[in-house]
Amino acid sequence: MKYDDIRIDYRIILDVIPTGAKALDLGCGNGDLCCLLAKEKGVKVQGIELNEQSIYSCVAKGVSVFHSDIDSGLPEYPNQSFDYVILNESLQEAKKVEYVLQEAMRVGKNVIIGFPNFAYITARAQLFFKGRSPVTPSLPYRWYNSPNLHFLSIKDFEDFCRKKSLAITGKYFLGRNRRIRVLPNLFAESAIFVVTK
Amino acid sequence: MTEKSVGAVRPKTFTIDSLKLVSGKYLKPVTQCYETYGTLNKDKTNAILVAHAFSGDAHAAGYYEGDKNPGWWDSLIGPGKALDTDKYYVICANVIGGCKGSTGPSSVNPSTGRPYALEFPSITIEDMVNAQERLIDHLGIAKLLCVVGGSMGGMQVLQWVASFPDKIQSAIPIATALKHSPQQIAFDEVGRQAVMSDTAWNYGNYYDKTEKPERGLAVARMIGHITYMSDKSMEDKFSRRLKEKNGDFKFTADFEVEGYLRYRGDSFVKRFDANSYLYITKAMDYFDLSGDKLIPRGRNIKTRFLVIAFKSDWLYPSYQSQDIVRQLKIRDVDATYCEISSDYGHDAFILEVEEETHLIKHFLDKSYHNNNETKTYEI
Repeated sequence: MKYDDIRIDYRIILDVIPTGAKALDLGCGNGDLCCLLAKEKGVKVQGIELNEQSIYSCVAKGVSVFHSDIDSGLPEYPNQSFDYVILNESLQEAKKVEYVLQEAMRVGKNVIIGFPNFAYITARAQLFFKGRSPVTPSLPYRWYNSPNLHFLSIKDFEDFCRKKSLAITGKYFLGRNRRIRVLPNLFAESAIFVVTK
Repeated sequence: MTEKSVGAVRPKTFTIDSLKLVSGKYLKPVTQCYETYGTLNKDKTNAILVAHAFSGDAHAAGYYEGDKNPGWWDSLIGPGKALDTDKYYVICANVIGGCKGSTGPSSVNPSTGRPYALEFPSITIEDMVNAQERLIDHLGIAKLLCVVGGSMGGMQVLQWVASFPDKIQSAIPIATALKHSPQQIAFDEVGRQAVMSDTAWNYGNYYDKTEKPERGLAVARMIGHITYMSDKSMEDKFSRRLKEKNGDFKFTADFEVEGYLRYRGDSFVKRFDANSYLYITKAMDYFDLSGDKLIPRGRNIKTRFLVIAFKSDWLYPSYQSQDIVRQLKIRDVDATYCEISSDYGHDAFILEVEEETHLIKHFLDKSYHNNNETKTYEI
Protein backbone atom coordinates (compact mmCIF):
# COMPACT_ATOMS: atom_id res chain seq x y z
CA MET A 1 0.00 0.00 0.00
CA LYS A 2 1.32 3.45 -0.95
CA TYR A 3 1.66 6.03 1.81
CA ASP A 4 -0.83 8.37 0.13
CA ASP A 5 -3.48 5.65 0.03
CA ILE A 6 -3.42 5.24 3.79
CA ARG A 7 -6.25 6.86 5.73
CA ILE A 8 -5.19 10.34 6.82
CA ASP A 9 -5.70 9.70 10.54
CA TYR A 10 -3.54 6.58 10.28
CA ARG A 11 -0.88 8.58 8.42
CA ILE A 12 -0.72 11.13 11.21
CA ILE A 13 -0.50 8.47 13.92
CA LEU A 14 2.20 6.70 11.90
CA ASP A 15 4.17 9.96 11.79
CA VAL A 16 3.69 10.68 15.49
CA ILE A 17 4.86 7.33 16.84
CA PRO A 18 8.62 6.80 16.53
CA THR A 19 10.13 3.64 15.10
CA GLY A 20 10.38 0.74 17.52
CA ALA A 21 8.11 2.28 20.15
CA LYS A 22 5.75 0.25 22.30
CA ALA A 23 2.08 1.01 21.84
CA LEU A 24 -1.35 -0.04 23.07
CA ASP A 25 -4.32 0.54 20.77
CA LEU A 26 -7.56 0.77 22.77
CA GLY A 27 -10.49 -0.08 20.53
CA CYS A 28 -8.26 -1.22 17.69
CA GLY A 29 -11.14 -2.33 15.43
CA ASN A 30 -10.10 -4.59 12.57
CA GLY A 31 -6.41 -4.08 13.35
CA ASP A 32 -5.44 -2.05 10.27
CA LEU A 33 -3.67 0.65 12.28
CA CYS A 34 -1.85 -1.90 14.48
CA CYS A 35 -0.76 -3.77 11.38
CA LEU A 36 0.54 -0.58 9.74
CA LEU A 37 2.41 0.47 12.86
CA ALA A 38 4.08 -2.92 13.13
CA LYS A 39 4.93 -3.13 9.45
CA GLU A 40 5.93 0.44 8.66
CA LYS A 41 7.53 1.51 11.93
CA GLY A 42 8.42 -1.70 13.72
CA VAL A 43 6.15 -0.66 16.60
CA LYS A 44 5.51 -3.35 19.19
CA VAL A 45 1.77 -2.95 19.36
CA GLN A 46 -0.98 -4.67 21.31
CA GLY A 47 -4.65 -4.14 20.52
CA ILE A 48 -7.74 -4.31 22.72
CA GLU A 49 -11.11 -4.71 21.03
CA LEU A 50 -14.63 -5.65 22.11
CA ASN A 51 -16.14 -6.77 18.80
CA GLU A 52 -15.65 -10.50 18.17
CA GLN A 53 -15.63 -10.26 14.37
CA SER A 54 -12.94 -7.57 14.60
CA ILE A 55 -10.83 -9.96 16.67
CA TYR A 56 -10.89 -12.43 13.75
CA SER A 57 -9.76 -9.67 11.36
CA CYS A 58 -6.92 -8.71 13.71
CA VAL A 59 -5.72 -12.30 14.02
CA ALA A 60 -5.80 -12.71 10.23
CA LYS A 61 -3.44 -9.72 9.99
CA GLY A 62 -1.10 -11.10 12.63
CA VAL A 63 -2.12 -8.45 15.16
CA SER A 64 -2.02 -9.44 18.82
CA VAL A 65 -5.32 -8.44 20.39
CA PHE A 66 -7.27 -8.91 23.59
CA HIS A 67 -11.01 -9.43 23.43
CA SER A 68 -12.17 -6.98 26.09
CA ASP A 69 -13.93 -3.70 26.69
CA ILE A 70 -11.86 -0.63 27.52
CA ASP A 71 -14.21 0.67 30.23
CA SER A 72 -12.95 -1.82 32.79
CA GLY A 73 -9.55 -0.16 32.68
CA LEU A 74 -6.06 -1.56 32.41
CA PRO A 75 -5.35 -2.77 35.96
CA GLU A 76 -2.71 -5.35 34.97
CA TYR A 77 -0.45 -2.87 33.24
CA PRO A 78 2.18 -1.10 35.33
CA ASN A 79 2.47 2.69 35.18
CA GLN A 80 4.09 4.08 32.04
CA SER A 81 4.47 0.66 30.45
CA PHE A 82 3.75 1.93 26.93
CA ASP A 83 5.34 4.75 24.97
CA TYR A 84 2.01 5.48 23.36
CA VAL A 85 -1.59 4.59 24.12
CA ILE A 86 -3.92 5.12 21.16
CA LEU A 87 -7.62 5.96 21.47
CA ASN A 88 -8.50 6.54 17.84
CA GLU A 89 -12.24 6.97 17.30
CA SER A 90 -12.93 4.99 20.45
CA LEU A 91 -12.99 7.41 23.39
CA GLN A 92 -16.36 8.84 22.38
CA GLU A 93 -17.75 5.27 22.45
CA ALA A 94 -16.50 4.53 25.98
CA LYS A 95 -18.97 4.64 28.85
CA LYS A 96 -16.52 6.05 31.36
CA VAL A 97 -14.52 8.59 29.40
CA GLU A 98 -12.68 10.13 32.33
CA TYR A 99 -11.69 6.78 33.77
CA VAL A 100 -10.56 5.38 30.41
CA LEU A 101 -8.45 8.46 29.76
CA GLN A 102 -7.05 8.41 33.28
CA GLU A 103 -6.01 4.76 32.80
CA ALA A 104 -4.54 5.53 29.37
CA MET A 105 -2.52 8.40 30.90
CA ARG A 106 -1.32 6.12 33.67
CA VAL A 107 -0.02 3.26 31.50
CA GLY A 108 1.14 5.42 28.60
CA LYS A 109 3.83 8.08 28.48
CA ASN A 110 1.85 9.71 25.66
CA VAL A 111 -1.77 9.30 24.65
CA ILE A 112 -3.10 9.83 21.14
CA ILE A 113 -6.80 10.65 20.96
CA GLY A 114 -8.72 10.89 17.70
CA PHE A 115 -12.40 11.88 17.65
CA PRO A 116 -15.07 13.29 15.33
CA ASN A 117 -15.67 17.02 15.71
CA PHE A 118 -19.30 17.67 16.57
CA ALA A 119 -18.91 21.38 15.82
CA TYR A 120 -17.99 20.74 12.17
CA ILE A 121 -19.80 23.24 9.93
CA THR A 122 -22.05 20.65 8.24
CA ALA A 123 -23.12 19.29 11.61
CA ARG A 124 -23.89 22.78 12.82
CA ALA A 125 -25.87 23.55 9.67
CA GLN A 126 -27.92 20.36 9.89
CA LEU A 127 -28.79 21.05 13.49
CA PHE A 128 -29.45 24.76 12.95
CA PHE A 129 -31.24 24.83 9.59
CA LYS A 130 -32.81 21.37 9.44
CA GLY A 131 -33.30 20.91 13.17
CA ARG A 132 -32.06 17.33 12.98
CA SER A 133 -29.21 15.37 14.51
CA PRO A 134 -26.20 15.70 12.23
CA VAL A 135 -25.00 12.97 9.88
CA THR A 136 -21.55 13.78 8.49
CA PRO A 137 -18.63 11.77 7.07
CA SER A 138 -17.04 11.61 10.52
CA LEU A 139 -20.38 11.14 12.27
CA PRO A 140 -22.00 8.77 9.77
CA TYR A 141 -24.60 7.21 12.06
CA ARG A 142 -28.24 7.95 12.74
CA TRP A 143 -29.28 8.80 16.28
CA TYR A 144 -30.71 5.30 16.73
CA ASN A 145 -27.74 3.25 15.56
CA SER A 146 -24.76 5.33 16.60
CA PRO A 147 -22.06 3.67 18.72
CA ASN A 148 -21.06 7.15 19.88
CA LEU A 149 -22.08 7.90 23.44
CA HIS A 150 -20.40 11.30 23.71
CA PHE A 151 -20.42 14.22 21.32
CA LEU A 152 -17.62 16.69 21.64
CA SER A 153 -16.02 19.49 19.70
CA ILE A 154 -12.37 20.42 19.37
CA LYS A 155 -12.91 23.28 21.82
CA ASP A 156 -14.61 20.93 24.26
CA PHE A 157 -11.60 18.66 24.23
CA GLU A 158 -9.16 21.54 24.70
CA ASP A 159 -11.21 22.75 27.68
CA PHE A 160 -11.16 19.22 29.06
CA CYS A 161 -7.36 18.99 28.77
CA ARG A 162 -7.02 22.34 30.55
CA LYS A 163 -9.32 21.20 33.35
CA LYS A 164 -7.45 17.92 33.76
CA SER A 165 -4.04 19.60 33.45
CA LEU A 166 -3.05 17.52 30.43
CA ALA A 167 -0.32 18.96 28.25
CA ILE A 168 -1.18 18.95 24.55
CA THR A 169 2.00 18.15 22.66
CA GLY A 170 0.46 17.81 19.22
CA LYS A 171 -2.83 18.57 17.50
CA TYR A 172 -3.94 17.70 14.00
CA PHE A 173 -7.20 18.77 12.39
CA LEU A 174 -8.55 16.73 9.55
CA GLY A 175 -10.89 17.19 6.64
CA ARG A 176 -11.52 14.59 4.01
CA ASN A 177 -8.04 13.32 3.25
CA ARG A 178 -6.38 16.66 4.05
CA ARG A 179 -5.23 18.74 6.97
CA ILE A 180 -7.28 21.76 8.11
CA ARG A 181 -5.33 24.82 9.27
CA VAL A 182 -7.97 27.58 9.47
CA LEU A 183 -10.74 27.69 12.10
CA PRO A 184 -10.45 24.01 12.89
CA ASN A 185 -13.43 23.86 15.25
CA LEU A 186 -15.59 24.96 12.33
CA PHE A 187 -13.90 23.28 9.37
CA ALA A 188 -12.34 20.06 10.70
CA GLU A 189 -14.37 16.86 10.53
CA SER A 190 -12.17 15.22 13.12
CA ALA A 191 -9.13 15.87 15.26
CA ILE A 192 -6.16 14.00 16.66
CA PHE A 193 -4.51 15.17 19.87
CA VAL A 194 -1.33 13.96 21.46
CA VAL A 195 -1.39 14.56 25.20
CA THR A 196 0.94 13.90 28.07
CA LYS A 197 0.96 14.69 31.78
CA MET B 1 -8.31 -25.23 -0.23
CA THR B 2 -8.99 -28.89 0.03
CA GLU B 3 -9.70 -30.39 3.39
CA LYS B 4 -8.93 -34.03 3.57
CA SER B 5 -8.27 -36.50 6.27
CA VAL B 6 -4.81 -37.63 7.28
CA GLY B 7 -6.15 -41.08 6.36
CA ALA B 8 -5.16 -44.34 7.99
CA VAL B 9 -3.11 -43.97 11.14
CA ARG B 10 -1.53 -46.28 13.65
CA PRO B 11 -0.52 -45.63 17.23
CA LYS B 12 3.12 -45.97 18.21
CA THR B 13 4.69 -46.44 21.61
CA PHE B 14 7.74 -45.02 23.31
CA THR B 15 9.06 -46.46 26.54
CA ILE B 16 11.53 -44.98 29.01
CA ASP B 17 13.09 -46.88 31.89
CA SER B 18 11.86 -44.54 34.57
CA LEU B 19 10.39 -41.13 35.28
CA LYS B 20 10.86 -39.24 38.51
CA LEU B 21 7.47 -37.93 39.59
CA VAL B 22 6.73 -34.66 41.34
CA SER B 23 5.92 -36.71 44.44
CA GLY B 24 9.52 -37.94 44.50
CA LYS B 25 8.54 -41.48 43.58
CA TYR B 26 9.71 -43.18 40.42
CA LEU B 27 7.47 -44.71 37.83
CA LYS B 28 9.25 -47.43 35.90
CA PRO B 29 9.04 -48.23 33.14
CA VAL B 30 6.88 -45.58 31.45
CA THR B 31 5.25 -46.22 28.12
CA GLN B 32 3.55 -43.49 26.12
CA CYS B 33 1.21 -44.26 23.28
CA TYR B 34 1.34 -41.56 20.60
CA GLU B 35 0.41 -40.75 17.03
CA THR B 36 1.97 -38.38 14.52
CA TYR B 37 0.56 -36.75 11.41
CA GLY B 38 2.44 -34.90 8.67
CA THR B 39 6.19 -34.80 8.20
CA LEU B 40 8.88 -33.33 10.39
CA ASN B 41 10.88 -30.84 8.31
CA LYS B 42 14.64 -30.92 7.96
CA ASP B 43 15.26 -28.24 10.59
CA LYS B 44 12.65 -29.78 12.90
CA THR B 45 10.89 -26.46 13.34
CA ASN B 46 7.35 -27.47 12.36
CA ALA B 47 6.36 -29.74 15.24
CA ILE B 48 3.11 -29.14 17.12
CA LEU B 49 2.14 -31.07 20.24
CA VAL B 50 -1.58 -31.58 20.78
CA ALA B 51 -2.50 -32.24 24.42
CA HIS B 52 -5.74 -34.13 24.91
CA ALA B 53 -8.54 -33.47 27.36
CA PHE B 54 -9.54 -35.61 30.34
CA SER B 55 -11.07 -38.56 28.49
CA GLY B 56 -9.15 -38.13 25.24
CA ASP B 57 -6.34 -40.23 23.87
CA ALA B 58 -3.50 -40.24 21.36
CA HIS B 59 -5.90 -40.82 18.47
CA ALA B 60 -6.50 -37.17 17.55
CA ALA B 61 -6.90 -37.51 13.78
CA GLY B 62 -7.34 -39.96 10.95
CA TYR B 63 -8.81 -43.44 11.02
CA TYR B 64 -7.79 -46.75 12.50
CA GLU B 65 -8.17 -49.60 10.09
CA GLY B 66 -11.79 -50.74 9.94
CA ASP B 67 -12.99 -47.86 12.14
CA LYS B 68 -15.74 -45.55 10.88
CA ASN B 69 -15.04 -42.77 13.35
CA PRO B 70 -12.01 -40.50 13.05
CA GLY B 71 -9.81 -39.24 15.91
CA TRP B 72 -11.24 -36.79 18.44
CA TRP B 73 -9.91 -33.57 16.81
CA ASP B 74 -10.01 -34.68 13.18
CA SER B 75 -11.95 -31.54 12.29
CA LEU B 76 -8.90 -29.44 13.15
CA ILE B 77 -6.02 -31.72 12.18
CA GLY B 78 -5.35 -32.64 8.55
CA PRO B 79 -4.33 -31.29 5.15
CA GLY B 80 -5.56 -27.67 4.83
CA LYS B 81 -7.06 -27.68 8.31
CA ALA B 82 -6.19 -25.51 11.33
CA LEU B 83 -3.26 -27.78 12.18
CA ASP B 84 -2.30 -28.21 8.55
CA THR B 85 -0.50 -31.52 8.16
CA ASP B 86 0.85 -30.38 4.77
CA LYS B 87 2.91 -27.85 6.72
CA TYR B 88 3.20 -29.12 10.26
CA TYR B 89 4.22 -32.28 12.05
CA VAL B 90 1.52 -32.95 14.64
CA ILE B 91 2.07 -35.17 17.67
CA CYS B 92 -0.49 -36.36 20.20
CA ALA B 93 0.29 -38.67 23.14
CA ASN B 94 -1.96 -40.35 25.68
CA VAL B 95 -1.25 -38.92 29.13
CA ILE B 96 0.44 -41.06 31.76
CA GLY B 97 -2.14 -42.24 34.27
CA GLY B 98 -4.45 -42.83 31.32
CA CYS B 99 -5.78 -46.09 29.95
CA LYS B 100 -5.32 -45.79 26.20
CA GLY B 101 -1.86 -47.26 25.73
CA SER B 102 0.18 -45.15 28.14
CA THR B 103 1.24 -46.37 31.57
CA GLY B 104 -1.56 -45.98 34.10
CA PRO B 105 -3.28 -47.76 37.00
CA SER B 106 -4.49 -50.53 34.66
CA SER B 107 -0.92 -51.28 33.51
CA VAL B 108 0.96 -54.21 34.97
CA ASN B 109 3.14 -53.32 37.94
CA PRO B 110 6.46 -55.03 37.16
CA SER B 111 7.19 -55.62 40.84
CA THR B 112 3.98 -57.64 41.41
CA GLY B 113 3.06 -58.87 37.95
CA ARG B 114 -0.51 -57.58 38.50
CA PRO B 115 -2.18 -54.33 37.46
CA TYR B 116 -1.14 -51.40 39.66
CA ALA B 117 -4.69 -50.45 40.68
CA LEU B 118 -4.30 -48.12 43.70
CA GLU B 119 -0.61 -48.95 44.02
CA PHE B 120 -0.13 -46.66 41.07
CA PRO B 121 1.62 -43.53 42.36
CA SER B 122 -0.27 -40.24 42.35
CA ILE B 123 0.48 -38.25 39.24
CA THR B 124 0.16 -34.58 38.34
CA ILE B 125 -0.27 -32.55 35.17
CA GLU B 126 3.43 -31.69 35.57
CA ASP B 127 4.30 -35.41 35.47
CA MET B 128 2.28 -35.82 32.27
CA VAL B 129 4.18 -32.93 30.69
CA ASN B 130 7.56 -34.21 31.90
CA ALA B 131 6.79 -37.49 30.17
CA GLN B 132 5.79 -35.65 26.97
CA GLU B 133 9.04 -33.71 27.06
CA ARG B 134 10.94 -37.01 27.03
CA LEU B 135 8.92 -38.10 24.00
CA ILE B 136 9.60 -34.85 22.14
CA ASP B 137 13.30 -35.25 22.93
CA HIS B 138 13.16 -38.81 21.61
CA LEU B 139 11.68 -37.51 18.36
CA GLY B 140 14.70 -35.20 18.03
CA ILE B 141 12.75 -31.98 18.45
CA ALA B 142 14.58 -29.26 20.39
CA LYS B 143 11.78 -26.72 20.22
CA LEU B 144 8.09 -27.14 19.49
CA LEU B 145 6.41 -24.66 17.18
CA CYS B 146 3.33 -24.88 19.37
CA VAL B 147 1.60 -26.77 22.16
CA VAL B 148 -2.18 -26.69 21.86
CA GLY B 149 -5.01 -28.23 23.83
CA GLY B 150 -8.42 -27.69 25.38
CA SER B 151 -9.68 -28.25 28.91
CA MET B 152 -7.17 -30.58 30.65
CA GLY B 153 -5.16 -30.30 27.42
CA GLY B 154 -5.01 -26.55 28.08
CA MET B 155 -3.61 -27.26 31.55
CA GLN B 156 -0.81 -29.24 29.92
CA VAL B 157 -0.17 -26.31 27.56
CA LEU B 158 0.18 -24.00 30.57
CA GLN B 159 2.41 -26.53 32.32
CA TRP B 160 4.68 -26.61 29.27
CA VAL B 161 5.00 -22.82 29.56
CA ALA B 162 5.85 -23.08 33.26
CA SER B 163 8.25 -26.03 32.92
CA PHE B 164 9.87 -25.62 29.50
CA PRO B 165 9.40 -22.03 28.29
CA ASP B 166 12.46 -22.24 26.06
CA LYS B 167 11.16 -25.31 24.29
CA ILE B 168 7.93 -23.86 22.96
CA GLN B 169 7.58 -21.07 20.47
CA SER B 170 3.85 -20.59 20.94
CA ALA B 171 1.04 -21.81 23.15
CA ILE B 172 -2.70 -22.19 22.60
CA PRO B 173 -4.61 -22.93 25.83
CA ILE B 174 -8.32 -23.38 25.07
CA ALA B 175 -11.26 -23.40 27.51
CA THR B 176 -9.00 -24.01 30.47
CA ALA B 177 -7.86 -22.58 33.80
CA LEU B 178 -4.76 -21.86 35.87
CA LYS B 179 -6.43 -23.84 38.65
CA HIS B 180 -9.71 -25.58 39.34
CA SER B 181 -12.31 -23.60 41.23
CA PRO B 182 -14.11 -25.26 44.18
CA GLN B 183 -17.03 -25.84 41.82
CA GLN B 184 -14.85 -27.77 39.39
CA ILE B 185 -13.30 -29.80 42.21
CA ALA B 186 -16.80 -30.48 43.52
CA PHE B 187 -17.99 -31.93 40.20
CA ASP B 188 -14.87 -34.09 40.01
CA GLU B 189 -15.46 -35.30 43.55
CA VAL B 190 -19.06 -36.29 42.79
CA GLY B 191 -17.71 -38.27 39.83
CA ARG B 192 -15.13 -39.99 41.98
CA GLN B 193 -17.71 -40.77 44.66
CA ALA B 194 -19.95 -42.32 42.00
CA VAL B 195 -17.08 -44.63 40.98
CA MET B 196 -16.02 -45.50 44.50
CA SER B 197 -19.55 -46.16 45.76
CA ASP B 198 -19.95 -48.90 43.17
CA THR B 199 -19.24 -52.09 45.15
CA ALA B 200 -17.62 -53.59 42.06
CA TRP B 201 -14.92 -50.92 42.34
CA ASN B 202 -13.59 -52.96 45.31
CA TYR B 203 -10.96 -50.39 46.35
CA GLY B 204 -9.54 -50.40 42.87
CA ASN B 205 -9.11 -54.17 42.61
CA TYR B 206 -11.43 -55.23 39.86
CA TYR B 207 -9.13 -55.99 36.93
CA ASP B 208 -9.34 -59.78 37.42
CA LYS B 209 -13.04 -59.75 38.33
CA THR B 210 -15.88 -60.37 35.91
CA GLU B 211 -17.86 -57.50 37.36
CA LYS B 212 -16.34 -54.06 36.81
CA PRO B 213 -17.46 -50.75 38.42
CA GLU B 214 -19.37 -49.87 35.28
CA ARG B 215 -22.45 -48.39 36.95
CA GLY B 216 -20.41 -45.98 39.03
CA LEU B 217 -18.22 -44.95 36.12
CA ALA B 218 -21.26 -44.47 33.88
CA VAL B 219 -22.95 -42.20 36.43
CA ALA B 220 -19.71 -40.21 36.78
CA ARG B 221 -19.65 -39.74 33.03
CA MET B 222 -23.30 -38.68 32.96
CA ILE B 223 -22.53 -35.89 35.43
CA GLY B 224 -19.54 -34.95 33.30
CA HIS B 225 -21.64 -34.63 30.17
CA ILE B 226 -24.10 -32.32 31.91
CA THR B 227 -21.22 -29.99 32.75
CA TYR B 228 -19.89 -30.10 29.17
CA MET B 229 -23.15 -28.82 27.70
CA SER B 230 -25.03 -25.58 28.26
CA ASP B 231 -28.66 -25.00 29.21
CA LYS B 232 -29.20 -23.68 25.68
CA SER B 233 -27.45 -26.55 23.89
CA MET B 234 -29.47 -29.10 25.89
CA GLU B 235 -32.68 -27.25 25.01
CA ASP B 236 -31.69 -27.23 21.34
CA LYS B 237 -30.61 -30.85 21.32
CA PHE B 238 -33.32 -32.49 23.45
CA SER B 239 -35.83 -29.98 24.73
CA ARG B 240 -38.39 -32.00 26.75
CA ARG B 241 -38.92 -34.49 23.96
CA LEU B 242 -39.86 -38.00 25.00
CA LYS B 243 -38.20 -41.06 23.55
CA GLU B 244 -41.55 -42.76 23.15
CA LYS B 245 -44.96 -41.15 23.09
CA ASN B 246 -46.31 -42.78 26.23
CA GLY B 247 -43.98 -41.79 29.01
CA ASP B 248 -45.27 -44.30 31.56
CA PHE B 249 -43.40 -43.12 34.65
CA LYS B 250 -41.50 -46.29 35.40
CA PHE B 251 -38.15 -44.56 35.82
CA THR B 252 -36.96 -45.69 32.46
CA ALA B 253 -35.23 -43.21 30.17
CA ASP B 254 -38.42 -41.39 29.15
CA PHE B 255 -36.89 -38.12 28.06
CA GLU B 256 -34.41 -37.92 25.21
CA VAL B 257 -31.90 -36.22 27.46
CA GLU B 258 -32.02 -39.19 29.82
CA GLY B 259 -31.46 -41.60 26.95
CA TYR B 260 -28.53 -39.53 25.73
CA LEU B 261 -26.84 -39.46 29.13
CA ARG B 262 -27.35 -43.20 29.63
CA TYR B 263 -25.95 -43.89 26.18
CA ARG B 264 -22.93 -41.66 26.86
CA GLY B 265 -22.36 -43.28 30.25
CA ASP B 266 -22.65 -46.82 28.88
CA SER B 267 -20.34 -46.21 25.93
CA PHE B 268 -17.76 -44.50 28.18
CA VAL B 269 -17.29 -47.56 30.40
CA LYS B 270 -16.32 -49.60 27.35
CA ARG B 271 -13.36 -47.34 26.66
CA PHE B 272 -12.28 -45.97 30.01
CA ASP B 273 -10.76 -47.34 33.20
CA ALA B 274 -12.40 -46.39 36.51
CA ASN B 275 -9.08 -46.01 38.34
CA SER B 276 -7.72 -43.76 35.58
CA TYR B 277 -10.84 -41.65 36.14
CA LEU B 278 -9.87 -41.21 39.79
CA TYR B 279 -6.19 -40.50 39.16
CA ILE B 280 -6.63 -38.06 36.31
CA THR B 281 -9.41 -36.02 37.93
CA LYS B 282 -7.20 -35.66 41.02
CA ALA B 283 -4.34 -34.50 38.81
CA MET B 284 -6.62 -31.78 37.43
CA ASP B 285 -7.85 -30.75 40.88
CA TYR B 286 -4.32 -30.36 42.22
CA PHE B 287 -3.15 -28.40 39.18
CA ASP B 288 -2.39 -24.82 40.19
CA LEU B 289 -0.32 -22.37 38.15
CA SER B 290 -2.09 -19.29 39.47
CA GLY B 291 -0.24 -16.09 40.33
CA ASP B 292 3.50 -16.14 39.70
CA LYS B 293 3.61 -19.87 39.13
CA LEU B 294 2.85 -19.70 35.40
CA ILE B 295 5.74 -17.35 34.67
CA PRO B 296 7.98 -16.73 37.68
CA ARG B 297 8.79 -13.10 38.45
CA GLY B 298 11.78 -11.85 36.52
CA ARG B 299 11.62 -14.54 33.88
CA ASN B 300 11.33 -13.17 30.39
CA ILE B 301 9.53 -15.52 28.03
CA LYS B 302 9.33 -15.27 24.27
CA THR B 303 6.44 -17.70 23.82
CA ARG B 304 3.48 -16.21 21.92
CA PHE B 305 -0.01 -16.99 23.21
CA LEU B 306 -3.44 -17.50 21.77
CA VAL B 307 -5.98 -17.91 24.58
CA ILE B 308 -9.48 -19.03 23.62
CA ALA B 309 -12.63 -19.23 25.76
CA PHE B 310 -16.30 -19.84 24.96
CA LYS B 311 -19.14 -17.66 26.15
CA SER B 312 -21.51 -20.45 27.23
CA ASP B 313 -18.81 -22.58 28.90
CA TRP B 314 -19.81 -22.64 32.55
CA LEU B 315 -17.47 -25.48 33.54
CA TYR B 316 -14.39 -23.48 32.53
CA PRO B 317 -15.91 -19.99 32.48
CA SER B 318 -14.20 -17.27 30.46
CA TYR B 319 -13.07 -15.43 33.61
CA GLN B 320 -10.61 -18.29 34.11
CA SER B 321 -9.12 -17.69 30.66
CA GLN B 322 -9.03 -13.98 31.48
CA ASP B 323 -6.99 -14.88 34.57
CA ILE B 324 -4.43 -16.43 32.24
CA VAL B 325 -4.49 -13.31 30.06
CA ARG B 326 -4.00 -11.15 33.17
CA GLN B 327 -0.80 -13.00 34.02
CA LEU B 328 0.42 -12.59 30.43
CA LYS B 329 -0.27 -8.84 30.52
CA ILE B 330 1.61 -8.45 33.80
CA ARG B 331 4.58 -10.30 32.29
CA ASP B 332 4.39 -8.35 29.02
CA VAL B 333 3.92 -11.50 26.94
CA ASP B 334 2.79 -11.26 23.31
CA ALA B 335 -0.75 -12.62 23.43
CA THR B 336 -4.15 -12.73 21.80
CA TYR B 337 -7.37 -13.54 23.62
CA CYS B 338 -10.72 -14.34 22.04
CA GLU B 339 -13.99 -15.29 23.70
CA ILE B 340 -15.94 -17.09 20.99
CA SER B 341 -19.70 -16.71 21.22
CA SER B 342 -20.99 -20.25 21.22
CA ASP B 343 -24.00 -22.07 22.67
CA TYR B 344 -22.23 -25.40 23.04
CA GLY B 345 -20.84 -24.90 26.54
CA HIS B 346 -17.52 -26.59 27.33
CA ASP B 347 -18.01 -28.96 24.39
CA ALA B 348 -17.45 -25.94 22.13
CA PHE B 349 -13.71 -26.54 21.97
CA ILE B 350 -14.45 -29.69 19.98
CA LEU B 351 -17.43 -28.29 18.07
CA GLU B 352 -16.71 -24.65 17.13
CA VAL B 353 -14.53 -25.71 14.24
CA GLU B 354 -14.85 -22.67 11.97
CA GLU B 355 -13.89 -19.98 14.50
CA GLU B 356 -11.14 -22.04 16.08
CA THR B 357 -9.73 -22.88 12.66
CA HIS B 358 -9.58 -19.21 11.68
CA LEU B 359 -7.83 -18.18 14.88
CA ILE B 360 -5.42 -21.10 15.12
CA LYS B 361 -4.50 -21.16 11.43
CA HIS B 362 -3.53 -17.48 11.25
CA PHE B 363 -1.86 -17.54 14.64
CA LEU B 364 0.29 -20.52 13.64
CA ASP B 365 1.03 -18.93 10.28
CA LYS B 366 2.62 -15.99 12.04
CA SER B 367 4.59 -18.18 14.46
CA TYR B 368 5.79 -20.33 11.59
CA HIS B 369 6.74 -17.38 9.40
CA ASN B 370 8.50 -15.63 12.26
CA ASN B 371 11.03 -18.43 11.84
CA ASN B 372 11.71 -17.43 8.28
CA GLU B 373 10.74 -13.89 7.39
CA THR B 374 8.25 -11.21 8.27
CA LYS B 375 5.12 -11.81 6.28
CA THR B 376 3.61 -8.81 4.57
CA TYR B 377 -0.09 -8.31 5.06
CA GLU B 378 -2.42 -6.61 2.67
CA ILE B 379 -4.83 -4.21 4.28
